[in-house]
Amino acid sequence: MTVDAMRKVSPRRRLWHEVRAAYAFIERNLFLTRRYWGWEVAFTIYTIASSLSVMYIGKAQQANEDYLVLYLGIGTLVWSYLRLIFSIISEMIAWERWEGTIEYTMMAPVSRLTHLVGVAIFAVLNGLFRSALLLGVIALLFDIDLGGANLAGATLILAVGSLSFIGVGMMAAVLPLLFTERGAEMTFVISSVLLLVSGVYYPVAVLPGWMQPAARVSPATYVLEGMRAAILDGAPMAALWPVLWPTLLIGLLTIPAGVLVFSAVERYAKRTGRLKRSG
Amino acid sequence: MFAMTMLESLASPADPTIAVWVEGLTKRFVHRSLLRRSEPQVVTALENLTFSVERGEIFGILGANGSGKSTLIRVLSTLLIPDRGTARVFGCDVVREAGQVKRLINRVSVEASFFKRLSAMENLLYASRLYGRHGRGLRADIVATLGRLGIGADQIDQPLEEFSRGMQQKVAIARAFLTSPILLLLDEPTTGLDPRSKRDVQALVHQLRAEHDATILLCTHDLDEAEALCDRIAILDRGRLVAVDTPERLKAMAARPGASSPSLEEAFLALTGHALEAELAGKPG
Repeated sequence: MTVDAMRKVSPRRRLWHEVRAAYAFIERNLFLTRRYWGWEVAFTIYTIASSLSVMYIGKAQQANEDYLVLYLGIGTLVWSYLRLIFSIISEMIAWERWEGTIEYTMMAPVSRLTHLVGVAIFAVLNGLFRSALLLGVIALLFDIDLGGANLAGATLILAVGSLSFIGVGMMAAVLPLLFTERGAEMTFVISSVLLLVSGVYYPVAVLPGWMQPAARVSPATYVLEGMRAAILDGAPMAALWPVLWPTLLIGLLTIPAGVLVFSAVERYAKRTGRLKRSG
Repeated sequence: MFAMTMLESLASPADPTIAVWVEGLTKRFVHRSLLRRSEPQVVTALENLTFSVERGEIFGILGANGSGKSTLIRVLSTLLIPDRGTARVFGCDVVREAGQVKRLINRVSVEASFFKRLSAMENLLYASRLYGRHGRGLRADIVATLGRLGIGADQIDQPLEEFSRGMQQKVAIARAFLTSPILLLLDEPTTGLDPRSKRDVQALVHQLRAEHDATILLCTHDLDEAEALCDRIAILDRGRLVAVDTPERLKAMAARPGASSPSLEEAFLALTGHALEAELAGKPG
């Protein structure tokens, strides 16, 4: 192939290349999941055990036991799904820095959007698989009646919520680029704060007044409110709109913002030499 | 002085026979302490570098640890943005046309840089797909390429963490082969290898040039390697270009009347004022 042919690629061929490159990130993460299977099993058992522990707290309460079990079950299921998406995306740089492959991924002829999308698709697939597993275990151990639930509405809320967490995860992924030694810990702090303020195991109303505005900017708050309305109360689609639109809005804002922030920080890292493995 | 000579002989960055064009390239790193109120520490890694590499050349960059070799490779790899000056790869600016440059290059660094738990096959599938390789023939190509490097089919599915450093470096060379770069950037690819692995890698460098019409830029502090492989050598000292020429002419520069012809090491000493093994404190690679 001539130099000119290598330099100039048609838009159609370039798009096809980007699609295949996105697949490369998905396949690579599947390989890593398989090779680190021990950790995968350990994390899955931890997620199931902690979720069941929370639900048994609900079961131990005498009054309104079924409602409470389902309330906590939705919280733990949704949070484990959203946290997994967030952590896979936000840790993508920290992981590559640890492996020492970051520079090779960054110098590959692939757009950053493709990189982020490939990792996000894997995160969603992984999250769905683990959530299905968790749901299966919960269904085995608890007598849950979903007869009146709006399952289609709940699925829609979760799908839209995934977008917003992808965007937040993209923005958090820049932290290990900016702070070579402490960036990974900072992403953990973000997910911890989201857990605290989003009403995962309790209504946001019980939080101190000064903490509640933080809940309004957390996409998890809307996803959880929507999921509970759809499953516990069987709320129809129209009634879900008040939580659906903020979730959608956060997703529509944070994904492009995440790509822009990532690109800007990547440029900063290239100017200051922060891509290097040891920083 | 020699950099100026080089500048005068430059054709043009758009010349199709020029693979790498570097002009006035400067890169400084500023280290600021967030906790201490001290003056920021400024380290000049590259200072006003000017040279060009012709297509098909094996061009050596010789310098001590901390002389700026790796910084230069990172700039050409689009991983660092220079403060001043320009660097072009086959006419494409490494900052403004980074996407095009990325399609033309690959790099083998001193660290093999792989996903350690993944096998050679898994790592190479990932890397090849990022460079647009695909289809049923890809796995067969990977097996064949690794086979040529002496890595047998029974080792291809083993995690790379179980490979020796020499074998990991061969997989890194395979990664570069599979993406068929027309500019290959080698950053001390044989450091730490045993003599046999070193010879294997050096043979592969020649093979890559012959088979893929590649231009090779080799950073090294191994004088024998530089002399054996390179058509021309640039000597880099504390981020400055001290000399660029063929190994024979570099040696001739250091020759004293009446004395026997100096070695490349003696030439390096004469041109830089210190031995190649000297560690340059406070300098990035």
